[in-house]
Amino acid sequence: MIAEQTLTPKDFKTPVHINWCPGCGDFGIVVAIQEALAQLQIPPHKVAVYSGIGCSGKTPHYVNAYGFHTLHGRVLPNATGAKLANRELTVIAVGGDGDGFGIGAGYFVNSGRRNVDFTYLVFDNEVYGLTKGQGAPTLSRGQRTKSMPEPAIQDSLNPIALAIGSGYTFVARGYALDRKGLPSLIAAAIRHPGSSFVDILQTCPTYNDLMTKDWLEAQIGGQPRMYRLEDEGYDGVVANPSSVHELVAKKAQAVEKSYEWGDCIPTGVFYQARLRTYEEELEERLPQYRTTPLVHWDVEHRDVTKLADALR
Amino acid sequence: MHDGDLIWMIGGPQGGGINVSAEVFARAAAHGGQRVFANIEYHSNIMGEHSYYKVRLSREDRHSLLDGVHVLVALDEETLLGEPHPEFTSHPGHLRELVAGGVAVYDSAGRFSPQKSSRTDITFVGVPYMEVLRQALKEFGREADANRLRVMTNTVAVGASVFAVGGDIEGLCQTLREDFKGPRAQIGEMNARAATLGYEHAAQQLGGRSPFDARSLSAPNGHAKLPMLIRGMHACAMGKLKAGLHLQTYYPISPATDESVYLEAIQRDQNLLVVQCEDEIASIQMAVGAANAGARASTSTSGPGFALMVEGIGYASMTEVGGPVVFLWQRGGPSTGLPTRQDQSDLQFALHPAHGEFPHMVVAPADCQQIFEDSFEAFNWADRYQLPVVVLVDKYLSTQYTTLQDLKMENLVIDRGPRFNPNGHANGHDGAGGYLRFGFTESGVSPRSFPGDEGGIFWATSDEHDPRGHITEDAENRIRMMEKRMGKLDVAAREIPTERKLVVHGPRDADVTLVGWGSVLGSVLDAMDTLAREDNLRANFVQVRLMRPFPAAEVTSALSRAKRLILVENNYSGQLGSLVREMTGIDIPQKVLKYDGRPFSEEELVEALRAALAGSEARVHVSHRSA
Repeated sequence: MIAEQTLTPKDFKTPVHINWCPGCGDFGIVVAIQEALAQLQIPPHKVAVYSGIGCSGKTPHYVNAYGFHTLHGRVLPNATGAKLANRELTVIAVGGDGDGFGIGAGYFVNSGRRNVDFTYLVFDNEVYGLTKGQGAPTLSRGQRTKSMPEPAIQDSLNPIALAIGSGYTFVARGYALDRKGLPSLIAAAIRHPGSSFVDILQTCPTYNDLMTKDWLEAQIGGQPRMYRLEDEGYDGVVANPSSVHELVAKKAQAVEKSYEWGDCIPTGVFYQARLRTYEEELEERLPQYRTTPLVHWDVEHRDVTKLADALR
Repeated sequence: MHDGDLIWMIGGPQGGGINVSAEVFARAAAHGGQRVFANIEYHSNIMGEHSYYKVRLSREDRHSLLDGVHVLVALDEETLLGEPHPEFTSHPGHLRELVAGGVAVYDSAGRFSPQKSSRTDITFVGVPYMEVLRQALKEFGREADANRLRVMTNTVAVGASVFAVGGDIEGLCQTLREDFKGPRAQIGEMNARAATLGYEHAAQQLGGRSPFDARSLSAPNGHAKLPMLIRGMHACAMGKLKAGLHLQTYYPISPATDESVYLEAIQRDQNLLVVQCEDEIASIQMAVGAANAGARASTSTSGPGFALMVEGIGYASMTEVGGPVVFLWQRGGPSTGLPTRQDQSDLQFALHPAHGEFPHMVVAPADCQQIFEDSFEAFNWADRYQLPVVVLVDKYLSTQYTTLQDLKMENLVIDRGPRFNPNGHANGHDGAGGYLRFGFTESGVSPRSFPGDEGGIFWATSDEHDPRGHITEDAENRIRMMEKRMGKLDVAAREIPTERKLVVHGPRDADVTLVGWGSVLGSVLDAMDTLAREDNLRANFVQVRLMRPFPAAEVTSALSRAKRLILVENNYSGQLGSLVREMTGIDIPQKVLKYDGRPFSEEELVEALRAALAGSEARVHVSHRSA
């Protein structure tokens, strides 16, 4: 690649036919990913995009980068394995709310504990789209979308609070149709060293007739329903990560803020802390890890006779 | 059975140091020139349940255990008398396993007294374990520490047993000293002293005469180096390291954990990454992710964990990942089953792990050398044919502890399979470049690139896909992709040499041909040896090693020559027998089966084979005689 060449969003597009429904919020997210990668000027071959199953699962096919469309709920361990094998890769994982918080809940939680340097974007539309609109883990109790025979009788979970409790070190909320803000938010998540989580409110025009574009973008008493945290002077960034007091205070603040919903929906960065990543922990155990990606280690000339002799 | 061989056994509560005591005894014997075959039986429990470790001493290599015990070291009364339960006896104790003239070493200050036993044909050697330990510690001015160092009473008992078995106490002391070097040297000296005092106690009680003569089993090995004392899990780990393993993932589960923990303990020296995951699903998915990024990746588990992993096998096969290699250490099933016991019941499961039709490979090594070779070669197959490989092993292979002079490591060459060379291929920014990750080739294997390779961008999906890796439901493409993927098994079957597919042990022209797989090999070899000597029986053993692709032609050729066929498996239904019939049409009319959670002893198999040979019984069941 020529050094001066500037990458544009077009460089991250593929000619593959996109078969999402007309008006799907996913279009906004895929464009935002392409714009974020262009903003960051990361060559396509150094990016790997991982997805689970569902409508969002098709995202890698629409991004010109290494793409892995894995299994339902298993995107994070796949992405983690790749990042651990080659930490020079920019690893982006995407998935739906059912994929991430239903079948993949265990991996969502445990990935937060590890703090591997990847970015996880959840396309949160409260329904299972590709199976025709059943309620997903983020649909509130009592709600009934047009495709549901009965209203939800379980509580929704709070992705932001769950991410904070699990240990994600960059926790944000975005909006799929926010053409201006979403690319920068995704770029910030990618830039953050450690596990970044962005819960992206995504409209499903086919099955979710409750959380629609009109509903989300409505004005309540002259104020927009969705507002940006930074416009309110909210600061989620931990200035001194070695201060346990500040870490806990910023987490508590983020969790409290995450329960704002209904007439006021905050977007932006709820919490960010520069804490040691899993890869940095590995550097302590395996000094080579600092300088060379694992896949390039010389492991083909191991002398195991020493191990055999130790058994004599 | 070989008259000169000796069986030494130690039993006691779990967490009481049984393993260490038995292994010190075994190593001392091996260093003294004896051949050792040993194995532990234990409960799914941390503290308190009964556990025992048997060691067979012989002049030549043996591959199984015997039922009869010559010298029994009891660390508690339960070891001798068992655990009587009003309805269901958990185990009846080991006293009844002592051969006539055998010796039981017990704590004369404990609950047991010889009056509680009806055996009059054995000798009891009562040693006041704690009192002897205090005496030893006193010589070092450490008498006050006796309670803290209580576990050293085991050494007193082992020392006493060394006299009973006719062994070399200096050899044991030397081994104990070797285990504690540097600042811990005094511990080694104290142990050596405790062992010697125990030895002297036994000598006095036995009138200075050992009933057995372990020393007579010593034979110089003719090598500059002492033999190894190796377990299957060591051989497995070494084979994987030799193969250039980058990443091992695991979730703790008996009996697979030992291998991963061994690898984790040496990861810094061996430049290896070992990751303990949140569950088996994450373990296999992480290994797939790493393999897709170019790593040699593996994961190890047992049946319950494999049951969780199976979607990952289908996914890896569908996306033609080079790997991962999955090590399946079988244990007693179904469900949680017998977590710490032996079974060969996952063969059919390993062959049919997931939905749909897809290629994967299954290999079942049968001893340490084969485990080493197959653990190595599995990674080559994974890369060369771009599919997941299951290495099917079991609890017995993992824990058996045996003398082996060397692992043969020659002719092991790493082959990472065909790689895509981007020279001359532009991979345009629009994603419409020339590289077809899943392009159709004659062998069905398409050259790979890895994320990070410039010009090598591709897409991989669990959906059916076109040669570039994008989703398509086109019928014509589906046919070609199915044929491409499945055809790789035919290529593998053609390329893999016969000795990796099946091994014929014993003479080519035999009166009886035994058929089996995996860990039954050891018992079969010893049983064939005994039957040859005692019954003049000319038998051989067809060991099927590669299970998928199944070597149908080779197995047909080996079995159709046979005069009489008997199947030997450590499971209920004879799973290999079903597979042989499915693949070759050959029905093996008689089966010797054991499914009580324990491996075959030599005598059990000898008697079962005699029973089978005497009639035409279709199923001969063997049940365990030990606790």
